[in-house]
Amino acid sequence: MVPKDNLEDFAGHKTDHHEVQVEYDYFKFHPMPEITDWMSQVVKDYPEVVTTVDYGQTYENRVISLLKIGLNTGEKKKAIWMDCGIHAREWIAPAFCQYFVREILHAYKTDPKMQTMMKNIDFYVTPVLNKDGYIYSWKDNTTRLWRKNRSPGPLGCNCSGTDLNRNFDAIWGSIGVSFNCCSQVFCGTHPASEPEAQAVTYFVGSRKEDFLCFLTIHSYGQLLLIPYGNPNYTASNYDELLKVGLGAADAIRSVHGMNYTVGTSPDVLYANAGSSRDWARLQGIPLAYTFELRDKGIFGFQLPEDQIQPACEEAYSGAMHIITYAHDKTFNAAVATAAATLWTMLLAVGVTGTTLM
Amino acid sequence: MCVLQLTIMSLRIIIVLAVFTGVTGSPSVTVRPEADSVYVTAHPNSVPETGEETGFFGKLEVLVEDETEEDMMATGELNPNHYPAQRAAKVVQHYLNTRYGSPYRLLGLQRVHSGNAEDVEDSGRKYQLEISVQEMIGNTTEKCSAEVLFPRGEGQRSPQVQASCEQLLKVNNTAQEEALYKLFKTNQSLLSAQNLPDSYGHIEPDMKPLWHLSIVASSAVMLNESTENTLYNMAQVANITQLATENDQVKFDCHVLLHEMVSQEIIHWKLLFTWSPPEGVKVLQMEQLPHCHDCEKPPNTN
Repeated sequence: MVPKDNLEDFAGHKTDHHEVQVEYDYFKFHPMPEITDWMSQVVKDYPEVVTTVDYGQTYENRVISLLKIGLNTGEKKKAIWMDCGIHAREWIAPAFCQYFVREILHAYKTDPKMQTMMKNIDFYVTPVLNKDGYIYSWKDNTTRLWRKNRSPGPLGCNCSGTDLNRNFDAIWGSIGVSFNCCSQVFCGTHPASEPEAQAVTYFVGSRKEDFLCFLTIHSYGQLLLIPYGNPNYTASNYDELLKVGLGAADAIRSVHGMNYTVGTSPDVLYANAGSSRDWARLQGIPLAYTFELRDKGIFGFQLPEDQIQPACEEAYSGAMHIITYAHDKTFNAAVATAAATLWTMLLAVGVTGTTLM
Repeated sequence: MCVLQLTIMSLRIIIVLAVFTGVTGSPSVTVRPEADSVYVTAHPNSVPETGEETGFFGKLEVLVEDETEEDMMATGELNPNHYPAQRAAKVVQHYLNTRYGSPYRLLGLQRVHSGNAEDVEDSGRKYQLEISVQEMIGNTTEKCSAEVLFPRGEGQRSPQVQASCEQLLKVNNTAQEEALYKLFKTNQSLLSAQNLPDSYGHIEPDMKPLWHLSIVASSAVMLNESTENTLYNMAQVANITQLATENDQVKFDCHVLLHEMVSQEIIHWKLLFTWSPPEGVKVLQMEQLPHCHDCEKPPNTN
């Protein structure tokens, strides 16, 4: 990052600040220390809408943090959850979380719809959930394709790491997992055995009524996956999940023409249990999606940096479709309730008035 | 008069509110979301089967659905977006690259339009597919018909593929291929490259033909290894080295990393292959390499 004299903050806005600001390149992959610095800078640049929340620790004792973005109304607010980087090697996912934050903050400055959303809801964005794994994947050429976290295997195991997206307490261990600690889909010693999964479980679990939607970002495959990963289970709002997902896929396609397939994991990809998405849905969070970003296998986990921008732009469009739906369903419905109440009152007045007169 | 005015005013307000309500949706009470009332479809075999506790190399130790249900699901007309048709179509991609791939011709599955699967007695399961395939370097697309037979029975045999995609192969790459072949033959030093692509997805333009050649050679392995329970892509070329030959052949030794989607494993293979414009890529030897995930030093693969 090169300091520049044109004073721009981390969202690329001109600022009045006279300290030297550095321009953050959202279209390069960043190692963990740079992402951490970026998070601090975002808070500094938007203190009225952004705060950091530390909500857990990784196995290697790193703090797991999220950015809480929204207007502080002093009241309890509805919320949107987004996490990136559950799987270390999926570098496009943390890149997307950072881009998403930038975009909603940009929109907050100029777009009345986003301003309304920031009043009504809070966005909770975790740029890198599996920090230990992500850092390990940056170590050298041989570690780039690491997937799991970095907790040691159970006693007697030669290998380390648990697949965090098989570790959540959601029909845990039932299908699409391995109990072999060397496997890339090792589900852990018991549900939420891993500190990273525990962090999400406690934070979201203690506020589950507040969350309207839960988006977990992965790569690759160009898919929007809906609950449940176990084919014996059907979500009570499957039709809604599918409809909104298809709408999101349409929004994605309209950006750069890329096709994203929508469906349950067992239909479209493979059966699996213990995912964060399934856990969230089981908590009652109605709109839970797994995003599998670009591409379809030619570069796979090592997506070229010149694709970061288009991948993020299309994913943003898809995410906002779901978020806007969740928001409008909650807040326009509330407005309609108020209207109905007024209507009833006036009818009563009208009838009373006629009788009296 | 007062009564009339009041009534009209009330009516106007009611109409306005009615329109307003109609626009914003029917009134509803915000309900606290409860834990999802999940519909469980009865499944006779919902008790998970324990995976074997042996070393993982060469085996997929993933708990899969009981076979009978999978059989029932993947027969007859297939949903082209669901995994059975998609996995079979990927096998067609590997077949096309194995047969027709070159440094300037690389085929990618673009879309599955329709699929059908049926059990073939004593043989296995046969898929019939209509797909679109993209030639990725020239960016042309063509529709193909293909058949994939996943064999059943003793031993692990590779899928058998038949495909017709005539248009695609009419693109003339001869000049480029001849030029590259000449470069390989006459270069003073033998070419070699590592980490294609690198961690950032980058490949030096000069190295792209080596990356393409490795994908083609890997496709032979991926074709061989594919089953209805796998989906392979080449993740990276760890190393590719040109070997000296005493004849016209251009020969390479490469170490590739394959990503298998269902198990999420990265599987290491060592390949020895030749290439020439008339003959295409011919894999002479292929060997799966054991890989220690967590060793500090990677095992010596030479």
